[in-house]
Amino acid sequence: MPVVQKSGLKVWHRRERNKQFVIWAGYLIVTVIFVLCWQQISEKTVWFFVLDAPRQAVDMASRMVPVKWSYMDVLWSALWDTINIATLGTALAVLLAIPTAYCAARNTTPSLFLARPIALFVIVASRSINSLIWALILVAIVGPGVFAGVIAIGLRSIGFCAKLLYEAIEEIDENQVEAVTATGASKAQVTAYSIVPQILPAFAGISVFRWDINIRESTVLGLVGAGGIGLQLNASITNLAWTQVSLILLVIIATVVLSEWVSAKVRHAMI
Amino acid sequence: MTTIAIPRTWKKPPLIKNSYIRWGLGLAAAIYLTLALGTMEVNWVRVAGGLPRGQRFLARFFPPDFFSRWPEILEGLNESIWMTITSTVVGIAISIPIGLGAAKNLAPKPVYLFCRGILAISRSFQEVIIAIFMVKLFGFGPFAGFLTLSIATVGFYGKLLAEDIEDIDPSQAEAVKATGANWFQWLNYSIQPQVLPRMIGLGLYRLDINFRESAIVGIVGGGGIGATLNTAFDRYELDSAAAILLIIIGIVMAVEYTSGYVRKWVQ
Repeated sequence: MPVVQKSGLKVWHRRERNKQFVIWAGYLIVTVIFVLCWQQISEKTVWFFVLDAPRQAVDMASRMVPVKWSYMDVLWSALWDTINIATLGTALAVLLAIPTAYCAARNTTPSLFLARPIALFVIVASRSINSLIWALILVAIVGPGVFAGVIAIGLRSIGFCAKLLYEAIEEIDENQVEAVTATGASKAQVTAYSIVPQILPAFAGISVFRWDINIRESTVLGLVGAGGIGLQLNASITNLAWTQVSLILLVIIATVVLSEWVSAKVRHAMI
Repeated sequence: MTTIAIPRTWKKPPLIKNSYIRWGLGLAAAIYLTLALGTMEVNWVRVAGGLPRGQRFLARFFPPDFFSRWPEILEGLNESIWMTITSTVVGIAISIPIGLGAAKNLAPKPVYLFCRGILAISRSFQEVIIAIFMVKLFGFGPFAGFLTLSIATVGFYGKLLAEDIEDIDPSQAEAVKATGANWFQWLNYSIQPQVLPRMIGLGLYRLDINFRESAIVGIVGGGGIGATLNTAFDRYELDSAAAILLIIIGIVMAVEYTSGYVRKWVQ
């Protein structure tokens, strides 16, 4: 215990002196890096616009009220599309994530040197490219609309679902697998009776969690033409129809908060 | 004496025990799927026509061209890195007081609701939507991107911090309180050590996310590698775009690997 003798008294300190110095050095390094980066950003910023921002914000806010509630008639179908993009996209992702995770998990992969690296690359590639970029590419290929959004969300979510799923597979209790194998079960039976039951709760939890994230993501896909409420948002902003914009923002908040609540409830019920 | 019929065959127990709920959920899912797929209106003619075009489109991604736009790519990458680091630091700094306020066992009810409200709002909007407004208010460039990512970081980090604080072991907090510690000492000696390891890990994870997100705030004018990527798409320089995408994937992989390593070392 780090105790220092101070004029005959024993004083307790939280850390050893050297450890404390290391921590201070860490803070110093982070601060230096931060300041250097900040300088660069500051150089690239037109401070006149920044100083003008509060006035602009007040101006924008004053244009946003009163909220144009009648616009809701148009929004219902956009909202339906948005929810469909998220749900169908998640379903697609989950379907594709199952084989990917199976190949990526160390204990189930068919080959450690071929299938596993490929699966891991699929996971990383899907995770590092944002759904908006996927949508940008897909709109060019399959044309604008909900379909492109579904595929974009699907491709983007494979990585997330597969990563969590393969970690769940790697953490299963091997004794159960051994027990089922000992009964003379075939490979498929071993998977169905010893692996699947162990990861099913995690699997359901992951799907619902990703669905919740996807609701949020699918609200912006419309900006590049992939359907949903983002299409209306983009149109309203371009037309400077700020009373519609405020309604759309309110609808998005409500949807996201609701979906978060649903997903939390479902996950609680599952665990 | 009644005899209990012992079943001779065994069936796997289902995930959802109540059979009514199980079948009801299945039915609901089936109805939903038909409705959703029915309203999707896939224009298969367009898709079929688009496939060869898509093929040509994808073919133009190869081979990735790293060199002809290298100065722009480098500048975009630099901007992205500045944005990532500053926004992570500022976002975490702001989210600490908000996270403390949003923890049920720490804050009084009005503060709790207020902070939870802030977190809910900043989490509701996808980064791109925030970025659109930030670019409108603060002008083009990395400053708008920095603000966007900071706001997103506050929502993410504040919520997880609050949840982590709610999950702490209360007996340690009580013990420190019993020594007569004041509020700040109490935070510093009983709460902070319990949440710190996980929060360092999450901070690194957020750094990783912020870099990835910095690739898209550029699409709406927020600066960074996303702006370079968007320009490449707009000019149909798809080979440069492919190079940028590969660089993003590479950096994300590297960051993920190192942050995973650091997290293991911290915990």
